[in-house]
Amino acid sequence: MNAALAWSDAVIAAQLFALDPVGTGGVVVRSRAGPVRDRWLAALRAALSPAQPIRHLPLHVADGRLLGGLDLTATLLAGRPVAERGILAEADGGVLVLAMAERLSPATAVHVTAAMDAHETVIERDGLSLRMPARFGVVALDEGLDDEFAPAALYDRLAFHVDLNEMSIRDADDLDVDGAAVAAARGHLASRKVSDEQIEAIAAAASALGIVSLRAPLLALRVACASAALSGRVGVDQDDIALAARLVLAPRALVFPQTPYAAEQQQPPEPQSEQAEADDAPDQDQPDIDRALDEVILAAVQAALPPDVLATLRASSGRSRARSQGKAGVLQRSNKRGRPAGVLRGELRSGAKLNVIETLRAAAPWQPLRRREATAIGAGPAPPHVLIRKDDFRISRFKQRSETTTIFVVDASGSAALHRLAEAKGAVELLLADCYIRRDQVALIAFRGQAAELLLPPTRSLARAKRSLAGLPGGGGTPLASGLDAAFMLADSIRRRGQTPTVIVLTDGRANIARDGSQGRPRAEEDAIGAARQLRAAGFTAVLVDTSPRPGASGEAFAREMGARYLPLPHADATTLSKAVLANMR
Amino acid sequence: MTAAFPFSAIVGQDEMKLALLIAAVDPKVGGVLAFGDRGAGKSTAVRALAALLPKMRVVAGCRYNCDPDRPAEFCDDCRARAAKGALKAVAVPVPVVDLPLGATEDRVVGALDLERALAHGQKAFEPGLLARAHRGFLYIDEANLLEDHLVDLLLDVAASGENVVEREGLSIRHPARFVLVGTGNPEEGELRPQLLDRFGLSVEVKTPDDLPNRIEVVRRRDAYERDTASFIAKWAKEEARLRKKISAARERLASVTVPDAALERAARLCMTLGTDGLRGELTLMRAARALAALDNEDVVTDDQLRRVAPPALRHRLRRNPLDDAGSSVRVDRAIADVFG
Repeated sequence: MNAALAWSDAVIAAQLFALDPVGTGGVVVRSRAGPVRDRWLAALRAALSPAQPIRHLPLHVADGRLLGGLDLTATLLAGRPVAERGILAEADGGVLVLAMAERLSPATAVHVTAAMDAHETVIERDGLSLRMPARFGVVALDEGLDDEFAPAALYDRLAFHVDLNEMSIRDADDLDVDGAAVAAARGHLASRKVSDEQIEAIAAAASALGIVSLRAPLLALRVACASAALSGRVGVDQDDIALAARLVLAPRALVFPQTPYAAEQQQPPEPQSEQAEADDAPDQDQPDIDRALDEVILAAVQAALPPDVLATLRASSGRSRARSQGKAGVLQRSNKRGRPAGVLRGELRSGAKLNVIETLRAAAPWQPLRRREATAIGAGPAPPHVLIRKDDFRISRFKQRSETTTIFVVDASGSAALHRLAEAKGAVELLLADCYIRRDQVALIAFRGQAAELLLPPTRSLARAKRSLAGLPGGGGTPLASGLDAAFMLADSIRRRGQTPTVIVLTDGRANIARDGSQGRPRAEEDAIGAARQLRAAGFTAVLVDTSPRPGASGEAFAREMGARYLPLPHADATTLSKAVLANMR
Repeated sequence: MTAAFPFSAIVGQDEMKLALLIAAVDPKVGGVLAFGDRGAGKSTAVRALAALLPKMRVVAGCRYNCDPDRPAEFCDDCRARAAKGALKAVAVPVPVVDLPLGATEDRVVGALDLERALAHGQKAFEPGLLARAHRGFLYIDEANLLEDHLVDLLLDVAASGENVVEREGLSIRHPARFVLVGTGNPEEGELRPQLLDRFGLSVEVKTPDDLPNRIEVVRRRDAYERDTASFIAKWAKEEARLRKKISAARERLASVTVPDAALERAARLCMTLGTDGLRGELTLMRAARALAALDNEDVVTDDQLRRVAPPALRHRLRRNPLDDAGSSVRVDRAIADVFG
């Protein structure tokens, strides 16, 4: 699909979303901040009516602000609990914009999705129990790179997935968006219905595309209805269904549809003509309506699938797994959750937890004095029973156990394969089992041939870890530097997430492929030492398991460069190996 | 709030529905853990069940949902009030309390009442989610992502049926018996084996993968979203029938007997599978009894044991964490062995 077409789809998505924000759920806009995204947001604003409020959700919003809760200042003034509305309730009837959705914490995402499902927010906080309507659509601005994505629960609930990353401002023409027309169409929405055949066709197409979630076909139906309303048609016709399939189903497709029709279209055609064909289809007389509808849908989806479809499919299938949790640093939220660890005088900022008992205790000795003071000034009505000042606030501090992520860097090169790859695999499996018991996360990087590969992003799922390990082939050169670089990058991102990384390298240390993939031992060793020093400089906990048949000074020296513990294990079986590594990790 | 999707209109998900019904008939079975795909309708099923259940009688004004017919289990408040005079009873819907991921411990167990502390300088207890869930359901979405100390706490309360609060200078205990329903996606992490074992039943939820069922799900959901009122009206009869069935099963439950032969079968099944402890047998027996009550039977037979064995046992198998051969397969094999 070319960029101009993709842009016009994106703008259509904005209009359909504006037409029915609650029914379609929302839009994920995957794009860096930039003029294209600004233009898209401007189109969305034009399509929305002034009556629909747009609320922005700050990334690190406190639960109290999100859901509503106790207005502390007002409460202290009034001497009785005063509730304040949360952002979710304020967005009722409008649109909620999540900036940097890829960094959204799972806890916040759960509140948003729960409100989307129930169409209301329920407050259970600070002794308040309130229900408030919250019918809104979501615009998730996902600025993630590579494998960073907004929470999967959000992706699942938002009908439109728009990717503006590949688009330049030249492609993004200022398309005419008529807010009045959208508003008028909104009035017709309720009367637009889909037929049973259309439901069947959409469900079948979703199935054929490997889409597991049943929310996708439902959202596609909503979009088809919105499209019919927008185009002023009375019934939902094939155009609407095709559009819905292209906008909703295509971005979620996991397999290439296996139909005779699809097979014919396998060679990437010029998208323009394909598109035209899909659009024209209803004009041609089709005797067999069911079949025709299926074909229209698949054709529409196909037009939207990029030529490098396989790569995209793989990326999207890995999406739900590789998703980072977007956790903020441990220190940042140490005053919110975890086990209590003392009380501190402090200000009530960023969701810190007020310790009421300690606050009252701090205020108690001053009460007679303050009361006298208050009466002396003659301050208005009767003063509240307890006079609390800002200085009295005491905040609970919490200690949170920082999660450990163990990164296994496995040498799968020819030399290692010869010596010990099988044992290394066995040992890693045993270590994995141990990590499982301690609820640590594990990640797996293998290096062989030309480069290193992240086989397993940090996960707690053992079945997956085992699968990717079992599928690990051996052979080829030893690009040790690339392996260590990959480990460094991963460890760094883990640390930024507030977890503690541990790197375990299993290698025989014979680097012979340099960073740039060129052969030659001296260059390769130089690069490897450079990579090792980088790890040491960052201060990561590391263990180097030397698996060469005659371990010795060279391996030990290398471990020193890496700041790692050195474990020469030439003749150990998997059990000994895992025991030794565990002993050294503690 | 929008009315819940009717329980009887849920397509497929037979095991999940069965487990929830069993838990509704006999809450002592323990919680239900549902692991499976996103968007498969796990939370829909739980909410639908709560809407389906007959209303329960509670003491009017009681913060802990005390049962007026069971004075022995009263909270301190009700006890004090009962001593002064008769208590008024009201019928309320069975509570389904959501435990959000970010919930803090004080909101779960209860904490100091801020209003009274600020306004009157009094120390008073403000009940938490556990109190509200008493005699109902406590629903945890993504239970596998919940912080460990919260999970420990929940399972502890669920097992003892009582919430003991010792914090902020408060010392309170109140009844908290509820059916714990946890859901999660195994791809995102697993529950510790020790915790798995504390759930009574465990079901695997899959999005239906055959086309007619998928179409039916989408069709019903679409009809429900378009016109909720008439969709619910359409299913009202079916719902009433199921409600009656649950009420009847609850009454019948006490009189359902478990013959020695069935106990022996259950024990042999657990031995074959090598489950730890006796919790497996107990759950198996309780669940089979509840199912017999639902089936309108007076005696537990092999049929019931056979049907409840997979959800009652599959999460209790001692397993090599690296062995990903499905535990369901192993349970099925053992059932074939024992029942022939």
